[in-house]
Amino acid sequence: MTSLTQPETATVTARGPKSGREAMWGEVRAGVLRLLGNPLATIGLVIIGLLILIAIFAPVIAPFDPVAQSLSRALQPPSDVHWFGTDEYGRDIFSRVIYGSRITLYIVFLVTITVSPIGLLIGTVAGYFGGWIDAVLMRITDIFLSFPSLILALAFVAVLGPSLQNAILAIALTNWPSIARLARAETLTVRNSDYVAAAKLQGASAARIILRQIVPMCMSSVIVRSTLNMAGVILTAAGLGFLGLGAQPPTPEWGAMTSTGRRYMLDYWWLVTTPGLAIVIVSLAFNLFGDGLRDVLDSRSE
Amino acid sequence: MSSTPAPNSPPGAPLLSIRKLNVSFGRGPHPVRAVRDVSFAVGQEKVAIVGESGSGKSTVGRSILKLLPRTARIEAEEMRFRDIDILAADENTMLGVRGRRISMILQDPKYSLNPVMTVGEQIAEAYRVHHKASRQEARERALAMLDAVRIRNPEYVFEQYPHQISGGMGQRVMIAAMLIPDPQLLIADEPTSALDVTIRLKVLAILDDLVSARGLGLIFITHDLNLVRSFCDRVIIMYAGRVVEELRAADLDRAQHPYTRGLLASLPMLGQRRERLPVLQRDPAWLAADGG
Amino acid sequence: MALVVANRNRARRRGLGLVGVLRTLASYAVTLCGLLVLTFFIGRIMPVDPVTAVVGIEADREAYMRVYYQLGLDQPVYVQFWRYITTIASGDLGNAFLTGRPVIQDIARVFPATVELATAAIIVGAGLGVPLGVWAAASRGRLVDQVVRFITLTGYATPIFWLAMMALLIFYGWLGWVGGGGRLEIYYEGIVPVRTGFITIDSILAGEWEIFRSVLRHLVLPATLLGYNSMAYITRMTRSFMLDQLNQEYIITARVKGLSQRDVLWKHAFRNIRVQLVTIVALAYGGLLEGAVLIETVFAWPGFGQYLTNNLMAGDMNAAMGCVLLVGIIFISLNLISDLLYQVFDPRTRP
Repeated sequence: MTSLTQPETATVTARGPKSGREAMWGEVRAGVLRLLGNPLATIGLVIIGLLILIAIFAPVIAPFDPVAQSLSRALQPPSDVHWFGTDEYGRDIFSRVIYGSRITLYIVFLVTITVSPIGLLIGTVAGYFGGWIDAVLMRITDIFLSFPSLILALAFVAVLGPSLQNAILAIALTNWPSIARLARAETLTVRNSDYVAAAKLQGASAARIILRQIVPMCMSSVIVRSTLNMAGVILTAAGLGFLGLGAQPPTPEWGAMTSTGRRYMLDYWWLVTTPGLAIVIVSLAFNLFGDGLRDVLDSRSE
Repeated sequence: MSSTPAPNSPPGAPLLSIRKLNVSFGRGPHPVRAVRDVSFAVGQEKVAIVGESGSGKSTVGRSILKLLPRTARIEAEEMRFRDIDILAADENTMLGVRGRRISMILQDPKYSLNPVMTVGEQIAEAYRVHHKASRQEARERALAMLDAVRIRNPEYVFEQYPHQISGGMGQRVMIAAMLIPDPQLLIADEPTSALDVTIRLKVLAILDDLVSARGLGLIFITHDLNLVRSFCDRVIIMYAGRVVEELRAADLDRAQHPYTRGLLASLPMLGQRRERLPVLQRDPAWLAADGG
Repeated sequence: MALVVANRNRARRRGLGLVGVLRTLASYAVTLCGLLVLTFFIGRIMPVDPVTAVVGIEADREAYMRVYYQLGLDQPVYVQFWRYITTIASGDLGNAFLTGRPVIQDIARVFPATVELATAAIIVGAGLGVPLGVWAAASRGRLVDQVVRFITLTGYATPIFWLAMMALLIFYGWLGWVGGGGRLEIYYEGIVPVRTGFITIDSILAGEWEIFRSVLRHLVLPATLLGYNSMAYITRMTRSFMLDQLNQEYIITARVKGLSQRDVLWKHAFRNIRVQLVTIVALAYGGLLEGAVLIETVFAWPGFGQYLTNNLMAGDMNAAMGCVLLVGIIFISLNLISDLLYQVFDPRTRP
């Protein structure tokens, strides 16, 4: 007959947090630990970290100039000198893949930087004010959502002219609706809570309320969504590059590399394999990391 | 506190006997022990398991049918229904036990009935799982069962969907579905808690009649002590996963354990004026196991 | 996908019956209008001068102005928009610069190939995806579940055009198991009389079994790849729906009755998600349009996607915008159909 004199309790800290700031850091620490405890998410994070490092140190890592042509050395299979082989202009594919990481990061970064604030703004404004503002904004969002994102991006780039900048713009234009919708949904749940009412009674302007009360509540889901979206951005960018509508040659964008290599693919497989693999790995990494973030930040999800 | 020298044994041969049942959830350093060293037996009688939320009473019910999630660990010295060793039984054996020998009524028909099947279908299905029968025959039997639970127009109700019938009717459908395969033991997990007070007694009466008429054993799980006083033969009180007292329903007023006395004292009763309703004072000593 | 969820929540709140259906239709009609505005606007910022596109660069001023007025370019914007809508409503998407034929005709010619591909793909995607999703949900947390999640994750994360190229390389270039680009071997083209536009059906109707086999050999790889893409989505949603159901109380009731695990899964849980699945499959079908554009380019499949990309490359804006508009309309229609299906078939919305 075992006896238990006290019910088991979770480990309790010896003293509670002393301030709001301390509490917040405590939560961040706990979140980070949980995230790292998830092996898949950690792998994703590591890969992303590697990507950033590779992009920063590209000139050091890449053995050759990515745009230097050397027709005498064209279409050579992978070897000790050219780890990934050479393409139809004799350029070292390994170096091009390395430099391509810069382009990928550039695209992801720019798109996320532009899309998140705009989506947040539109979503929170729509959710907060309701009424016809909401109806109009949501209608616009619906319209953008009524296209598969690649097709819409295609249309924009085609019209604006193929270039890296236009591709980024087009992708941004197709990405903001999901963030806006999410922000709006979050705003709607928060809008009627007591602390918002209290702020209103204190005379806070709508802008202040939105910025300081509502946006922080949306942040975690928006961050998760943005991270998951990054994987999609990479794929869309690669797709545009593949169709020749993104970065123009000789820029070593991974999607464009698979496109130009396609002509020679059947006999020279190395032209398309490695750039595509790079896309897969990076996209997977963002997916895994985003999933892990979601488990940590968004307890609602399964 | 040892239970009073009250009959822990049922009249006649027991249908179900449980000895030292322990159920814990979750792995890792601190599994939650939901049921600790619970022992009791049930014969052809009505036994109530009474306790508050979290006392482990529902878990006991579900572990008898081995319907706990995969994270649960069941350990016991004995878990036996008639000649079937439930503890050692594999899933195949349990498939033959569930419904056919032991059945269970759940709490809220709003959630416990399949929303996209007609209620008649759900009753008929319960029959066809254990007996080979044509759709026609199963339907006849289901209609007869609907009649037995005093539903006035069985043919009409047969075709209804769960969201189209009232709570009381839904619970009667539940009873019908659980009794149609002819089990010997019925577990009722808070069968009236989700019902209107006015309907409760009616449904209980139906349950009472059917259980008596068929000579079933009944395990009635509830938090409502008042309900079981008149309805059940014996009462088992659970607290924090343990059995703290076991006695005849008639002897309730002579309960010994302070928890039971506390429960009884805090029941509001018509005709008894009191300034304040006493609040249960919990003694951590109750969480400790004693002999017995 | 998000579009349908939003509308579905609106529909749920509105309620049931004919009123709900009409309101859904009205809602989609408004979105359609917005779509037209968007495509009109995109068309307006084209760097290509529509007049020059018609008359050519060497045309003299008189011809230029004639066409200018003819195209209504002197009118205020809203008048032009009205013309735009009315011409589209009459089915006129303008003429393709390259072929000179009406765009609508070109599209009608190439569309069946894409439909054939998409349908084959959805059969693969749903046929594999649904059982996998059910299986994964039933074995939640265990090895099968993890494996399935990994498969769907890679399906998500892999760029479909690259996977297509790899598959073509391996299965055609190295192993020779399947046919190469295009729908048929070249020497088979034009033999089978075009009746439905679907060579699979047409060749059976004509009794040309050789050709049928050739078509299958060419269809299997792109269809499987596209199917894999949609399978990722379908499996994930099926798993999610099933998990939601398996958490419900009625599942315990079913178990109490003594039903086997298989019956519990399929006769109870699955029955509750059937309608949702149909809507998912409809949405996945729409999502295939996106993949089709890329796959058709890799496999030189003469369908709608390739038509679109060729026009974009060549700068034929009329045709390209016509295609884009059509894609939008199809997507909206599929969303609408799945939304309506959901409202009509959910027994909880019946009075």
